[in-house]
Amino acid sequence: MTTQQDTAPSAPEGRSRALWLDVLARTCRSRRGLVGLALVIPIVLIAVLGPFLAPKSPTAFVGLPYAGPSSEAWLGTDGIGRDVLSRVLWGGREILALAVLATVIGIVVGTALGTTAGYVKGALDEAIMRTLDVALAFPQIILALLLVSIIGPQLWLVCLAVAAIHAPQVARVARAATLRTVEQDHVKYAEAFGIPRRRVILGEVVPNIISPVMVEAGLRLTYSIAIIASLSFLGFGLQPPSADWGLMVNENRIGIQQNPWPVVTPIVLIAILTVGVNMFSDAVARSALGIEAPIAPPSMSGSDDALGGADHVATEVPAS
Amino acid sequence: MTPEPVLSVERLVIEVARTGARVVDDVSLTVGPGEVLGLAGESGCGKTTLSLALLGYTRRGLAASSGRVRVGDRSLLEMGEEALEHERGSLVTYVPQDPASALNPALRVGTQLEEVITFHRRNEDRAGRRGLVTKVLEDVGLPTTRSLLESYPHQLSGGQQQRIAIAMAIVNRPRLIVMDEPTTGLDVTTQARVLQTIRDVCREHGGGVVYVTHDLAVVSSLAIRVAVMYAGRLAEVGPADQVLQRPAHPYVHGLLQAVPDIEGRRELTGIPGQAPDPGRRLEQCLFAPRCPLAVEECRQAIPPPVAVGEGHRAWCIRVAEQAGAPVAAGPGVAPREVAANGSGALLAIDDLDAGYGSRPVLHGISLSIPTGASLALVGESGSGKTTLARCIAGLHTGYTGTISLAGAQLARAARARPAAAREAIQYVFQNPYSSLNPRRSIEESIAQPLHYTEEHPDRAEIDRRVSRALDSVSLSAAVRRRYPHELSGGQRQRVAIARALIVEPRLLVCDEVTSALDVSVQAVVIELLDELRRRRGLSMLFVTHNLALVHSVADEIAVIEGGRILERGPVERVLARPTSEATRALVANVPRLAPVASGAG
Repeated sequence: MTTQQDTAPSAPEGRSRALWLDVLARTCRSRRGLVGLALVIPIVLIAVLGPFLAPKSPTAFVGLPYAGPSSEAWLGTDGIGRDVLSRVLWGGREILALAVLATVIGIVVGTALGTTAGYVKGALDEAIMRTLDVALAFPQIILALLLVSIIGPQLWLVCLAVAAIHAPQVARVARAATLRTVEQDHVKYAEAFGIPRRRVILGEVVPNIISPVMVEAGLRLTYSIAIIASLSFLGFGLQPPSADWGLMVNENRIGIQQNPWPVVTPIVLIAILTVGVNMFSDAVARSALGIEAPIAPPSMSGSDDALGGADHVATEVPAS
Repeated sequence: MTPEPVLSVERLVIEVARTGARVVDDVSLTVGPGEVLGLAGESGCGKTTLSLALLGYTRRGLAASSGRVRVGDRSLLEMGEEALEHERGSLVTYVPQDPASALNPALRVGTQLEEVITFHRRNEDRAGRRGLVTKVLEDVGLPTTRSLLESYPHQLSGGQQQRIAIAMAIVNRPRLIVMDEPTTGLDVTTQARVLQTIRDVCREHGGGVVYVTHDLAVVSSLAIRVAVMYAGRLAEVGPADQVLQRPAHPYVHGLLQAVPDIEGRRELTGIPGQAPDPGRRLEQCLFAPRCPLAVEECRQAIPPPVAVGEGHRAWCIRVAEQAGAPVAAGPGVAPREVAANGSGALLAIDDLDAGYGSRPVLHGISLSIPTGASLALVGESGSGKTTLARCIAGLHTGYTGTISLAGAQLARAARARPAAAREAIQYVFQNPYSSLNPRRSIEESIAQPLHYTEEHPDRAEIDRRVSRALDSVSLSAAVRRRYPHELSGGQRQRVAIARALIVEPRLLVCDEVTSALDVSVQAVVIELLDELRRRRGLSMLFVTHNLALVHSVADEIAVIEGGRILERGPVERVLARPTSEATRALVANVPRLAPVASGAG
């Protein structure tokens, strides 16, 4: 046996960290990602820190209805004379928290369903996917409205309803990625060694579909924000007298000619948040595509057993 | 070279546009009329990039930064895209590696052939086109029936698809045909036919052929001249018989030693280490770090070409030391004794029929592997050999018949088998690029099976066993924290073997384990497997399509075709006196290093 110390082709130290960290780092270096972050961070800060900075109570009456901006109330007052600035500072928390929570639940449930369907295949796969297809057939917001109007405007219900809107889409993405991954020989190896199915899904499949699921997560977060803002505009979110951006728009749209600020400010904030999240998740998607660990086969292949199902297309690995 | 060359490449440099890393560095070549130039080299050496540049094409992100490519009297790198479009397909043509993806799946092959003619010869009428098509189909040895012309690519076999692709390349009688490993995906019988076609076509109309391949045996049977590339530069250029018989460059010599020989006259020897990537190539002889003859001077500058003989040059300053050392100096592979340790068969397969759904694949297979023995299961693609290996591993459950290990019958599905049986049979996969989880470090991958064994070793014990496993496949501890994409193909395959060894298996099922690897790396892996077998008394089932490898790994051989075992016996006997027609054809069609065979045979 020749003893040998071959050096790895390209292995700078420290490259061995988790993939998603790599993706994030790369995203934050891209222009698109930076702009997205620059848009999102101020809004998040407003939503999270706003209540501590608000000059007045969001429910206190400080002046006449629809008073214009003054030194007393910088953005004027709303329909019943409350300070708009304070209500704006208080009103982002729930939207943001609900959107994130609903997205997380949707992603987790969707990924669990999708990977299970794609890994187990057969009748269970059919059952899961056809059920999800039925759920997908409902227009998104109608499904949420239906649930909320039956059970009542509860925050947890809004959250679950939005998560339920996301799960089928996420499941489809996860399943497609799973179908590709289970053809890989490392999954076959785990099966040949009798490793329990749950461990195979968690250890072999899930880590390898993180990229497409992350990309989907960004998109879903954007939708979450839009849907939750719409629901609270329609009155199914926080109830009066609480401050909420969506609700504010609805409450004050009659007075838009006297004082536009209670309508315009929340709309602008929601718009910036949505655009920012969208840009950031788009940047994540791009860097995830670029970073994807090379699993490509080498530049040549021998004959392979066509019946074995493991035949791979021979492609030259780019030499760059 | 008195006649006007068909192709001349002058000092061509191709770089990654963004970084300036050189993929092809200072390459000069000529091909004369009627000449076949074999362009050989291992993966990543730049041969495909170079071959595409012969069509005036560089992949996205690459750019030809200096040098010239002339075909006939046209200088391709200076032409505009529109002019190039006109020349490609008539002046210079390309036969890609994978015919299945080169043909349009939505068009009948006849239509595709006519399209090539119509595009380049607008004044040809319908009858004229038909005549050309008929002629070219005869050239490539395909039937000229309507049914062939009216079939879609997927209705043809891989060999037929490849010959259609070749027909498309030669129908307009180009000056130069560039072929990128056109026989890699084919089995030997088809390969031999395709190679013959290329030789004939080239001779008949005086065009030149550049035949890109990693397989030196193919080069020896086909090419008049050979150019060997290493890490983006030329290593040696010369007449095929000289280069292959008396290589002047140490790399070419090493490469030839690594080519398996069906007669088993040479001990396989790999080349340790690996070639540097573009951008990590220094101003020195790039082979020096792996070269047994390297001296200090080799690390000072890029070696100039040294003339070794008529039209034979090597880019090595040590040619005087290397030249003359013939390949095949080794003692040859000693004939093996079938090691049956008295205890009878370790693995016994009895009357096994398998299939996918209603499609039968294996018929009445009965085989046994004695303890400590190695059986090579050889067959062409589609013969069912991988299916059989999967049945044994418990990955394919659609079979009838029995498989027993040391006398105890095994359950069909791996999960239904007792842990001891799962550990006793370990499977090493064909493609090391997909058999390791890319998200797991090497250490985690190797230790993975230990977490599911009955004994549940503790951390320290796992650590010890991982070290031992890495040691037994000659990988340094430095790879432990690396990830698969940071390793080369050969290293990954060794990791996969280490993972199999860590549970102390009794039977190793190796499914085409070297077919994704370069020859010099293949030889290293084969050496390793053979050593492990001898030292540990492992039994092995070595599934392969490559008969030439069999000598180095197995004591017995079973030939499988159409799902049936045709014959089985000791390697020497089966290769020397095959009893079935199919085996005879398999043996006869293995490409050999022709000069060596004639010299010693």
